Formats: sequence, structure tokens, C-alpha cells
Amino acid sequence: MSEHEYTPKSKVGKWFNDRLPLLTLANHLTDYPTPKNLNYWWTFGGILTFCLITQIVTGLVLAMHYIAHADMAFSSVEHIMRDVNYGWLIRYIHANGASMFFLAVYIHIFRSLFYGSYKSPREIIWIIGIIIYLLMMAAAFLGYVLPWGQMSFWGATVITNLFSAIPLVGEGIVTWLWGGYSVDNPTLTRFFTLHYLIPFLILGLVVLHIWALHVPGNNNPIGIDIKKPSKDTVPFHPYIVIKDGFALLMFMIVFAFFVFYTPNILGHADNYIEANPLVTPAHIVPEWYLLPFYAILRSVPDKLLGVIAMLSAILILAALPWLDTSKIRSAVFRPLYKQFYWILVADVLILGYVGAMPAEGLYLLIARIATAYYFLHFLVVLPVLGFKERTTPVPLSITEPILGGSPNLATVKKKDSFKDQ
Amino acid sequence: MEKKTKRRDFLFTATYAVGAVGAGAVIWPMIDQMNPDASVKALASTEVDVSAVNPGKTITVLWRGKPVFIRRRTQEEIAEAKSVKLEDLKHPEKDEDRAKNPEWLVMLGVCTHLGCVPLDQKGDYNGWFCPCHGSHYDTSGRIRKGPAPTNMEIPEYKFVDANTIKIG
Repeated sequence: MSEHEYTPKSKVGKWFNDRLPLLTLANHLTDYPTPKNLNYWWTFGGILTFCLITQIVTGLVLAMHYIAHADMAFSSVEHIMRDVNYGWLIRYIHANGASMFFLAVYIHIFRSLFYGSYKSPREIIWIIGIIIYLLMMAAAFLGYVLPWGQMSFWGATVITNLFSAIPLVGEGIVTWLWGGYSVDNPTLTRFFTLHYLIPFLILGLVVLHIWALHVPGNNNPIGIDIKKPSKDTVPFHPYIVIKDGFALLMFMIVFAFFVFYTPNILGHADNYIEANPLVTPAHIVPEWYLLPFYAILRSVPDKLLGVIAMLSAILILAALPWLDTSKIRSAVFRPLYKQFYWILVADVLILGYVGAMPAEGLYLLIARIATAYYFLHFLVVLPVLGFKERTTPVPLSITEPILGGSPNLATVKKKDSFKDQ
Repeated sequence: MEKKTKRRDFLFTATYAVGAVGAGAVIWPMIDQMNPDASVKALASTEVDVSAVNPGKTITVLWRGKPVFIRRRTQEEIAEAKSVKLEDLKHPEKDEDRAKNPEWLVMLGVCTHLGCVPLDQKGDYNGWFCPCHGSHYDTSGRIRKGPAPTNMEIPEYKFVDANTIKIG
């Protein structure tokens, strides 16, 4: 990893570093050569790290006041809101923090999709990312159950019942997950334990995610391999640190807006009613960040196939590096892919919208078309596009188009003339 | 040399086998502790007094943490349930098999799709309607329309006397 040997200046530093090379690691992280053309879409990795730490810290504090028992969970959350000093603030940060976390992760994922960051040699970074995303969904779902409101209870019932679609062993698995014959106290206590565990698993995976990133280095908006370090790179500190820091501040403004001005807008009023196993709320909807997958689940009329479709919609992402056959990473040089990319973005937004609507009539029809298109994009459009698409010429380096004066065509002419000389 | 290698292979295989059994013996308690415990299983049966239930009325009782619908059906409902042809049903079951005493329908009030509680006297078949994903059930609790794969489940129950039903 390190092209040049690093030696601490102080004697103590050297003594320590010889025994545990933490300073070498710190030096690698500050000097880490980063493409100089990274735009603001690249700041979401840092923002996500901030989100994870925020969730862990606020979660830790909430766990000091929360009681994981079916008879007391709901009142203990109200106790946090009304009695605990700043409890309302900490809980609102934690609850909205989940939404902010997903907002940032979706931008992060769609940035990868646009700039082809999942392609060779970054497949492992991408797959670790998908695992983190799956764990985030699990953590969010488990956490949503803890306040033991009506949405908590019925959300838990519906999601755990997804496993009953598995032939033969399904019912047994559901009973095992519940620790009883319905969602009840044993379910709540284990959900709390797992909700507490998962963020630390995510933290470990984030370390692997960054480690894997630091092997090939960052992708960049024009998606070319660059020489490191070179005129195409800048050191991570201070350049990227400052840029990430500025973006984080902007993000925190949005975050604070939700926490202080509309702390409940992303939640459901039904969750302020204590869980009642005898009454199902009239309209069960998951949190906004799970809606596209919920729409896919409901668009399939068969129970088992619906569950399979929903899971495939997520797992298909892991196969993306091999489904996308194009050698060109960045959509900047892929005129057709760029259009299909935006259609996919619209498709996912439509799925999210119909996921929040009742599954009937026109909504159901739209959900079915959008579901079909989602799979079509990954299974047909991407593989075919790699062979059929006429990509525009890619510059040889980051500096080239800038020094050459402007867009691609001009640079290419220049490139050719360079070759002639 | 040849013999020695074989002996070593055997020892390796035997070690792996014993190790696997040992690991399994340790893992199983960790898995099984999540299954319903003795206190949950102890609540397996409930007795319900149904003397106050008039025809056309449903009561809901909690059994094993799940709602059980006990409906005293009207003559029209019984007639409607009996008149349905079996070939029209997604999950063919005779009404006689679901309600041994045709006046009383005792069933788990749990939608077989994803476990919501269906609403009484709603839907296209005058029975139950699940608001979660739109499953319609008839007056015998049989699935007629929507994503649910099977009819609502009939628990084990018996009349202890004329006015008392024991569920479980």
C-alpha cells in the first residue's frame, strides 16, 4: 500500500510505531492519493460514516433508558420523550438518523451506478457495500419494532411472516423467530439484542469496505484508471477532508431540519398507539426507505414468488459487476446507459410511490410494470448495452481534457495529434 | 509409507467427524433456546364462555397471542357457505369440515398471507377482508380473492358444555 516508507519524527513515535504501526496507518490515510476530480457525489462515504457513528452514540444513550419488555417498552419510549433530559432530542436524532442514513446510502449507491464504481477491480468493495446495505435494512426494521407501537407490532408480524412462504420449514422458522406463536415479548427481547449487535457488524464491514477501497483507490467521475500518486491525484488530507467536511455540514443542515422542525413526518402516527395483537391498522406501510421493495413484494400475486422477487431485487445488485458487460465505467462516456440510468432512477422512485399506496387498481398495475422494468434493466438492458452501445472517447488522464481546453471530442483530436508527433 | 498415510487420513477424518459432532452439540442449544419456551407452551389452551354471543355476532379472544374469531353465524351465512361449489375455491374445503356445528365458526383470526387480522363483515364475500394486502374471505373463512394462499386456520377446539368452548 505505501509507496514510500514512513518513519515517525519523534523518538517515542518511532518506538511505538515499531511495535504497533498505527502512525504508519494514520500517515497512509492522510497521504492517500485521491483523484483530483472527485465531485460532491463522492462525499457521501464520509457522510455515511458520520451517520453510523451518530446512530451508535444516540442508540447507546437510548439503551440506557429503554426497557425491552412487551409491557414496558411503549411507556419507556414515552418516558424517554417526556422525562429523560434531552431524551426527545436523542430519540428524534436516532429515529430521523435512520432515514438520513438511508438517504445518504441511496445517493452513495446511485453514484456508484452512474460512475460504474462497482466494476473491476472494485467488485469486492461493491459486494461488501451490498452486505452493509442489507444489514442496515435489518437494523432499521429491528429498531422500528422496539417502541412497540401498532406499526412496530404489525410490521414485525408481516415481515417475519415472509419466512412462512418457504415450503415445509417456513412455519417452523417463523415460530423460531418469534419464540412463541405470535410476535410477543420473546420476539421483542431478541430484536433488541440483534438491533444492538448489527451496528457493530456494520462498523467492522465499513473497515473492510474502506480497506478494499484503498487497494485500487477511488474511482472518479471519468472512470479511468489513474497513476497514483501523480498529477491526477491530491492527498486525502487536507483536500478531501475539507471537501467532505463542507458536504457533511450541508447534510447536517438537512438532518437538523428534520430533527427540529418535522421530527415525525417520516414516521407513522399509528406507532404512537401501543401494540395491540387484536387490531391491525387499516393501512400497513413500511418506512419510506423500504417502499420500493415492498411494492415489488405486493406486485406479485403469489406469496412465495412475491418474497423471492423482493429478495432478488436486492441480491441482483451483488451480481451487477458481472451483469454490466461494458468496459467503460463512467456514464459520462455512455450516452445510452446514461438514459437507462435515469429511467432506472425514475422506476425506483415510482416503485417507492406505489409501495406507499394501496395495492389495488391502477397502483397495482403500475407496480407490476415498474417491477418488471426493474429486473429488465439488470437482466437484459445492462448485459446487452455493453455489446451494443457506442461509447464516446475516454480521455487518457484527468488532466488531459482540462489542459486540452474542453470536452471530449476536442481532446481526442488533440490526443491523436500527440500520437502523430 | 503407504500404510502410514492411510492411518493419518483416518485420524484426520475421525477428528473432523468428532469435531463436527461436538460443534453441532454446542450450536444446537444456541439455536433451540429461541424456540417457544416452557412458559409460552404452558398457555396453550383457553376456555371461552359464549353464552352472550347472539347470531350474527363475532367475539375475538386471544389464544397463544393470536386472535381467534368465534362467530355465531346466521342461517343466511350458513346457507351461503354451504352453497359454494368446491371447484370455485382456491383452497377447497367443505363448510361442514370447517364448522362441525354449523352455527359456530371458530377460527384463527390471522390472514394466511402475512399474518394481519382481517376485518369482520367486510369484503366481496360477506365474510372477512384483510386490509393489509386485500384478501377476501367468505362466511366460512375461506380465501376467495387476493394474495392469501389458504383458508383461515381452524384451531383445535371443543364444546366443553353448551356455552363453553375450549380452544387448544
